[in-house]
Amino acid sequence: MIMTRLLSLESWKRGLWTFVRLVLIAGLSFVILYPIIQKISTSIKDKADMYSPIVVFIPEHYTLDNFKSAMFIMDYWHTLLNTLALSSTTTILTTVSCALAGYAFARLKFKGSNLLFMGVILTILVPPTTILIPIYMNLKDFTLLGLIPLLTGKSLNLLDSYWPFILTSITANSLKAGLYIFIFRQFFRGIPKEVEEAAYIDGASVSSTFLRIMLPNAMPSIITVLLFSFVWQWNDSFFTTTYLTSSKVMSTQLASLPYNLAILLEGGATTNKDPFFMSMVQDTGILLAILPLVILYLFVQRYFVESIERTGIVG
Amino acid sequence: MKSITKLVFRPRTYAEQKSVWGFLYVLPWLLGFLFFFLIPLLYSLQYSFSSIKANANGMSIKFIGFANYVEALTVNTNFNRRLTEAIVNMVINVPLIVIFSLFLAVLLNQKFVGRAIARSIFFLPVILASGIIANLEASSLVQAINEQNAGSGGLINSLGTFELQRIMLRSGVNENVVFYLSDAVNRIYQIVSQSGVQILIFLAGIQTISPQLYEASKIEGATGYEAFWKITFPMVSPLILVNVIYTIIDSFSRNGMTTLIKETGFTSFNFGLSSAMAWIYFLAIMVILLISTYFISKRVFYQE
Repeated sequence: MIMTRLLSLESWKRGLWTFVRLVLIAGLSFVILYPIIQKISTSIKDKADMYSPIVVFIPEHYTLDNFKSAMFIMDYWHTLLNTLALSSTTTILTTVSCALAGYAFARLKFKGSNLLFMGVILTILVPPTTILIPIYMNLKDFTLLGLIPLLTGKSLNLLDSYWPFILTSITANSLKAGLYIFIFRQFFRGIPKEVEEAAYIDGASVSSTFLRIMLPNAMPSIITVLLFSFVWQWNDSFFTTTYLTSSKVMSTQLASLPYNLAILLEGGATTNKDPFFMSMVQDTGILLAILPLVILYLFVQRYFVESIERTGIVG
Repeated sequence: MKSITKLVFRPRTYAEQKSVWGFLYVLPWLLGFLFFFLIPLLYSLQYSFSSIKANANGMSIKFIGFANYVEALTVNTNFNRRLTEAIVNMVINVPLIVIFSLFLAVLLNQKFVGRAIARSIFFLPVILASGIIANLEASSLVQAINEQNAGSGGLINSLGTFELQRIMLRSGVNENVVFYLSDAVNRIYQIVSQSGVQILIFLAGIQTISPQLYEASKIEGATGYEAFWKITFPMVSPLILVNVIYTIIDSFSRNGMTTLIKETGFTSFNFGLSSAMAWIYFLAIMVILLISTYFISKRVFYQE
């Protein structure tokens, strides 16, 4: 008697919890998806529908005009190609250099390596704003310890090229690289030491142990870092607006979309500037910018969400 | 020179080999750290103490002591306001984000139908709330108007918060706590969108807790609630520290201070003042980080 009553109470509690959990997760998912749904509905609306009080989500007149104008103003395909090139180069270089540094900090201890690791933490902590101006000056007259003026007679101006990105990512000092080194270090620390020792006993050198034993084991963390790095580089406007002034990259194009649109509209005689329309085109632009990321994410999300669980970042 | 040749040609032990390779592996980072971080950092410190004039022969840098700092704190009209705004926002947001993301990570760790989809959706903010997209989102007119429509049209919606507020106030909950919570409910999108990375980090941490602990506690008769406070919470406490630090840095990287510093430097070309602002800002972050790290790390549980 008592047992069954208890049992039913248990199952009631469990059912209630399942219900609460469902409501919570569904609700929060809606909160996350709502702006995206809204953007999609805005982007396929005709201008007339913006002012119609009966149109909320599903437009009365479908149109792809917003996409067309946003793509035209952003020079979409060209920009997409540029951004892909930039993001994938920095992503790959950053991942390689951060993996090397992370492995060294985790397993190849040398005198002063702990002190240097404090430096990694410092790079995470110092806001990029603090060192932006000296870096800007440094890149404007790039001398490499006075070597380049000796050879060519004058210093190089590296601004408005991809060199700043390439140099910082080769040397593991690009956007949020400190965080990636930290992730790699925590991960390599999680691989048992015995694996490494076994490789050594079988005659592997340090570098081949790293390449052939440790790296394949670290695949999840590599994917994690690759993806974080790609997404953040794609969306970054802080460094791109500083280093690149004329090249067309997604984030700078997106940032200047309103201005370009205003110029275009003022030039044209038939249309007059309408803030609502501008905002509409801008929303479409955002949608176009995140679309490649979402597609990429759909392909790799299984690895991603699963893999980060295994990275084992423990402070 | 002699020591270098000795290092290269002498047969080495495994430990020595490891330390040489270790240094080689760290070398790229070290070069970058020196050229793209440490030297600029020192320069920025120097700029902050000097007045910089650009003229035909390049730049002239003159040491003027603390004048830039005094100007930033007393003369500039925007700086103080934005700095306090940034700090107040952070103090309000960080506890909310950390608690919320821990809660969600625990939820997402449980088994239920559609877990994979839910996890993918909760990762989306990592894409949406970074860099330029977050900035543009804040200034989107269509969204603002839609939100307003939702606010005036959805009577039930606003009534809900109001009603809850009244109930809580009547039942004698502290007024500040009530307003803090209802404010959090109203800003739920902001909080969700800022906790993508934190949720993933907590999720990773919870996954590493060994299931034996839960089994043992279940046999001893612990409820799920007790298991959370006695097992999950202490085991993820190192990650709470990590997440608090990450959230503080993240919240500082997305506020008006960054734009103000950049504008001062590149639009009005006052590099000295801009550097001084950046240093005050950095010091403020450091103080907050040190205080919070001190209080949290006293309670963090480590295995050893």
